Amino acid sequence: MLRFVLRRLVQVVPTLLLLSLLVFAWLRSLPGGPASAFLGDRATPERIAELNRVLGLDQPIFVQYGRFLGRVLTGDFGASTITGQPVLAEIGRALPATVELSVLALVIAVALGIPLGYLAAQHRGGPVDIATVIGTLIGVAVPVFFLGYLLKAFFAVELGWFPPSGRLSIDVDATNVTGFVVLDGLLTREFDASLDALSHLVLPAVALATIPLAVIVRITRASVLDVLGSDFVRTANSKGLAPGTVRSRHVLRNALLPVSTTIGLQVGLLLAGAVLTEKVFVWGGIGTLLADAITLKDYPRLQALLLLGALVYVLVNLLVDLSYAIIDPRVRL
Amino acid sequence: MSALVAAAALAVTLAACATSEREDGAGEGGAGGSGGTLVFGAPGAPDNFDPLFAQDGETFRPARQMFDTLVTYKQGTSDLEGGLATEWTPNADFTEWTFTLREGVKFHDGTDFNAEAVCFNFNRWVNLPNAAAQTQAIYYSDTFEGFTSNQASATGTPVYNSCTAPDPATAVVKLNKAKGAFPAAFGLTSLSMSSPAALQQYDADKVEQSGEAFTYGAYATDHPTGTGPFKFESFDRTSNVITLARNDDYWGEKAKVEKLIFKVIPDENARKQELQAGTIDGYDLPSPADWESLESEGFQVLVRPVFNILYLGINQKNNPALQDLRVRQAIAYATDRESLVRTQLPEGAVVATQFLPETVDGYAADLQPIPYDPEKAKQLLAEAGQSNLTVNFYYPTEVSRPYMPNPTNIFTALAENLRQAGITVNPVPQPWAGGYLDSVTANGTHDLHLLGWTGDYNDAGNFVGTFFGRNKPEFGLTDPAIFSEIATADSTVDPAGHTAAYEQVNRDLMTKYLPAVPVSSSPPALVVREGVSGLIPSPLTDERFYTVSKG
Repeated sequence: MLRFVLRRLVQVVPTLLLLSLLVFAWLRSLPGGPASAFLGDRATPERIAELNRVLGLDQPIFVQYGRFLGRVLTGDFGASTITGQPVLAEIGRALPATVELSVLALVIAVALGIPLGYLAAQHRGGPVDIATVIGTLIGVAVPVFFLGYLLKAFFAVELGWFPPSGRLSIDVDATNVTGFVVLDGLLTREFDASLDALSHLVLPAVALATIPLAVIVRITRASVLDVLGSDFVRTANSKGLAPGTVRSRHVLRNALLPVSTTIGLQVGLLLAGAVLTEKVFVWGGIGTLLADAITLKDYPRLQALLLLGALVYVLVNLLVDLSYAIIDPRVRL
Repeated sequence: MSALVAAAALAVTLAACATSEREDGAGEGGAGGSGGTLVFGAPGAPDNFDPLFAQDGETFRPARQMFDTLVTYKQGTSDLEGGLATEWTPNADFTEWTFTLREGVKFHDGTDFNAEAVCFNFNRWVNLPNAAAQTQAIYYSDTFEGFTSNQASATGTPVYNSCTAPDPATAVVKLNKAKGAFPAAFGLTSLSMSSPAALQQYDADKVEQSGEAFTYGAYATDHPTGTGPFKFESFDRTSNVITLARNDDYWGEKAKVEKLIFKVIPDENARKQELQAGTIDGYDLPSPADWESLESEGFQVLVRPVFNILYLGINQKNNPALQDLRVRQAIAYATDRESLVRTQLPEGAVVATQFLPETVDGYAADLQPIPYDPEKAKQLLAEAGQSNLTVNFYYPTEVSRPYMPNPTNIFTALAENLRQAGITVNPVPQPWAGGYLDSVTANGTHDLHLLGWTGDYNDAGNFVGTFFGRNKPEFGLTDPAIFSEIATADSTVDPAGHTAAYEQVNRDLMTKYLPAVPVSSSPPALVVREGVSGLIPSPLTDERFYTVSKG
């Protein structure tokens, strides 16, 4: 197992190196650039050329890439062209926001998705199954930003149950420890801050959860159906095991293998969904950083986000592979 | 199912919590129109807090609350009035300005504002040490044209020569040449007075290139120190909230609210929902489509007087057919700007007769709008031998500007007009910062394009000089006669002569050159909730919040 993990980790290095080159070249091949994004209405040919010269963006691309690589190897991803702040610090500040949102969304999706998928499979063809299939179709089809605006219009504006956006109310003075506002409130015993943060989390997390929820339900349903028809389940049933034991020990456990792969893959989708959810809910997380960076051609921020994103993705998939070994003892790594 | 029950229970608890906060939370201001906190939704975050390095409205907004300029603009207008100077007098040839300064004024750090401080600021600007800093001082270099040691795109001799302080209340600024932009340009927010002590203590000039970005000294990020009605308190970069506190020692009318918070909410719909939910007291740039519904919900939509221009640009270099004045006139006759203003632009928008709004000195009142006349357009095209004219019409996406709330709709209407006149239009949409600005301002790959300008101060040169003062890839206009005419108007410094010279420039631009088609001027708006009073919409988007109170 250790050798497997080490081998996979070593494979990450050339992957990231190649990716960094592709990202670097791709960003610079797109039309526009940070100079005109910064200047806006005041862009003139001289000013654009001058900013490009001072920032070194007029140099040959391999020279720029060499410099970039040199800095990245020392852990310096540079400063954001939008804010002038070091991008790693920006990502460090924004990451807890996105993690908090994504984790809650994933928890909601898993907590609802697996039981719903299981129920649908158990009652295949029945009203529960049909309702679930239609519900998940809608879940996949409704754009997350549209759902976000709807949730806000109803629960924040109309009913006033939840705040419409942001992570904390302006008048709540919370001490920053980890950047995870819910957790910080608990750590510092500022429970009002935790509750306030949780109330801000609900609507965006529900909106974001619809993306993985629909997928998890469908995969669980399909997987359970598949397992229910297999020989070992028939054997287990015929040898007189209690239905509950068959369900929990044989069906669910085997059915969860593809589901766990799906959950791992959902992390990537969650980040993509977070871009839209964060925009609608003014969340100030990684999605917001990414969206602003794309609009305003913030090369340093985009490079850092894409590379770190890829690293996270690779690591999450490694964890998924490891989880196979835990869920299914037959898998040997 | 237990998860569902738990989630429902949690939701109810949180909802109760959130509701109780709404009842006594951020929406509350304080009694009697004095005190409390005003929360205003801003569409973007400031780049930094040093006005010298500011160049967009979102950076200017907080700076305008914290800093003062020598002269300023009377609230709600572009007219000049005293700021930190009570009088400003030029010498005979307008190359020397004597400022009589307000006495007893202190910077936020407790140091004195006086003539020495004025000279320190002027000398700081002209002596910016490196290319990084000079590229960021955009308004300064536009106005003063150069630095002691030019390291960036400014190449000229600085307009500024020297500053002397014969006594603490008198500052004399000597210029190398007269310039028509003065005295109005002395009111630019970028030329605000900063505390010399704070500038030095917090490395204000330390702008550095770091990788592919610029980083600023601590003065610009955390210690802006002016004389204005509000003081800097904090900028929470995680939640994008800027907090300013009332300056109780302000020399003028003290601010009515104790705290002024700018909450950055880039999404327009999100700003509206925050206002409706009561978590902010107002916001900037409500979509014109929402004005009516916001008013019917009891909010106050404050429409700014128009001070911008949208034009249909024509690039003569890229398409030789456009070098013929008759073809450019045909494009003007073909466009139904009356309908465009009526159907696509907000209430209060007007058809432009020239390249500046009516309120700017130098506006030629005798100019009439070119009428919509597609037959005349066809006739002119035929005369020019261009009945089969084809144009690449560039327009921006992913952007909304005060002069151009919805570029795609405006393009669609204008393109249809051109087609009616027999012109074949190739639409070229490009993202604003993803190619459009480079294409139309630097590379000149377009034939027609949409762009505009919001004025910085009341001077015709700030409009027509910016557009047509020299050869630019945007228009491919090469006639030296118009450049020289504009330069002469700019250097004509006696106010009556200056105005008359620009009136003639505008007449000539519309009748002899027509380098573009002026389309419209549109008013951007602000919106505040009921009970918020004293916010005066400014044509220059120069709103000052010290007069604002909450009922």
